[in-house]
Amino acid sequence: MNPAYSVIFFTTASGAGYGLLVWLCLAEVAGLLPDHRWLPFGTLALALALATAGLLSSTFHLGHPERAWRALSQWRSSWLSREGVAALATYVPAGLLGLIWLFGLSSPLVPVLCLLSVAGAVATVWCTGMIYGSLRTIHQWNQPLVPVIYLALAAASGAVLLALILSVWGLVWPALLALVALGAALALKLAYFARIDGSSAGYTVQMALGLSPDARVRVLDPPHSRPNFVMREMGYQVGRRHATRLRRIALGALFGAPLVLIVVSLFGFAPALLTLAVLSLALGLIVERWLFFAEARHVSMLYYGQSEA
Amino acid sequence: MTSLPACTDKKLGLSIDLDICVGCQACVTSCKEWNTGGYSAPLSDHDPYGADPSGAWLNRVHSFEVSEPGWARTLHFPRSCLHCESPECVTVCPTGASYKRTEDGIVLVNPDTCIGCKLCSWACPYGAREYDHDDGVMKKCTLCVDRIYNDTLPEEDRVPACVRACPTGARAFGDFADPDSAVSRAAEERGGFDLLKEFGIGPVNTYLPPRRGPAAQANPHQPGHPATSPNGARVAPLPASLAKPGGTLEKLFAWADRALTR
Repeated sequence: MNPAYSVIFFTTASGAGYGLLVWLCLAEVAGLLPDHRWLPFGTLALALALATAGLLSSTFHLGHPERAWRALSQWRSSWLSREGVAALATYVPAGLLGLIWLFGLSSPLVPVLCLLSVAGAVATVWCTGMIYGSLRTIHQWNQPLVPVIYLALAAASGAVLLALILSVWGLVWPALLALVALGAALALKLAYFARIDGSSAGYTVQMALGLSPDARVRVLDPPHSRPNFVMREMGYQVGRRHATRLRRIALGALFGAPLVLIVVSLFGFAPALLTLAVLSLALGLIVERWLFFAEARHVSMLYYGQSEA
Repeated sequence: MTSLPACTDKKLGLSIDLDICVGCQACVTSCKEWNTGGYSAPLSDHDPYGADPSGAWLNRVHSFEVSEPGWARTLHFPRSCLHCESPECVTVCPTGASYKRTEDGIVLVNPDTCIGCKLCSWACPYGAREYDHDDGVMKKCTLCVDRIYNDTLPEEDRVPACVRACPTGARAFGDFADPDSAVSRAAEERGGFDLLKEFGIGPVNTYLPPRRGPAAQANPHQPGHPATSPNGARVAPLPASLAKPGGTLEKLFAWADRALTR
């Protein structure tokens, strides 16, 4: 599948934003945040800025961005629509929290608004994962692990961001939380690679053409002399050759380096080391998301010379 | 609404005979010609006469070499939207631009509400939808919805453009919900099959398999093809002066031919 850069930026940035929102709100409810006038508001603003930048960039790959509001209408059947609804709904409690924290008010509603924000953020990221996870045409996406990994990566990236912010106050628990979240995401991602490697949905070119299973098929004459939309969008192959190396880069930058940096940060220089961890994580997330597209094989490619999908 | 109708009154679709398709691409070009001026207009092309031509087409014909033990042939394979009974291209649509019609089962895209997110093209196992980069919306086979109900066309033209153009009668159009329709009977008699049946998306269009062995074709056209309709018999005869061998006009042409050849 062709990785649209706006979609890669969207899913990684908004994932990190929603992850940060979740941990911020849970820490607030648990009373773990240090007492600082601007900490909750500033962190919330960063989380919403990341989520919003991602959501806006996701409209860039649309043919008609000005019609994007229509995408809120079909939540009964479409995960993409549900994602839009959940994303907008999350702004309500998160926005109210922002106002309360901006003006330094104290309200008994804060814990409720926090939990609603958590629910909204989790629902949004789950819907994002299900957009891909529900597509039966792509074996590498149509896996129960896919939405779980979207959630795990959002949680891990949010936790690392929160660890960086709270390292200014010398807090240690956010770094431990980030270690756990990264470890969980790594385990899930390794399980995902093990699941998709060497497995296929079992569709063959013989099924696609209605021939007996032992028929031999060779492309004689393609329907067009140059690649069409279907081949460019669904038959994207760049990077598949380097998949093994890219996986190593993704795993190293997304999990390896941040895990080491966070452990070392427990002993000193936390803000600087965690800044490096965030940068490495960002690079790793982008490579991981790009690979998620590049490794995805679409069943329609059976008509274009692929023998299995 | 992208929620699907529980059932449709009719199941309009195509019957495509892989035994008689000769891969001439006439259905491809007539489809493009009709639809770039009809419901789907425009069907934009890029660099159509250059080194890297591409564009939105709603019908594609592949050619494969296939062989099984004791049997081999060239298989020409037309591929377009199959107007599935449970089209996942419709349910994934976030705007409701994609929909399946309750009255006849045709799957359409409303070009005025499509946002061009391309998710429907990801959900289609057949690669039947093509994105129009100039129009910014998804394009797909409409089963020539602007022909089949069009009272301003002669009756024999009220079939999809691909069916009308097919010179071998490999394509037929009809209602698969009616067991007595020509396409249903052809599917019954010839062992019509669902494309990628294992995927289970319920394609309405039905493919008739290539025949094994060199069986002569007593009935080359599919039932329901325009060539088999009574209209086909009503082609105007040649003018008598042309048709009659040895007529004055023929002698004149023969003389002119000889004179000019000298």
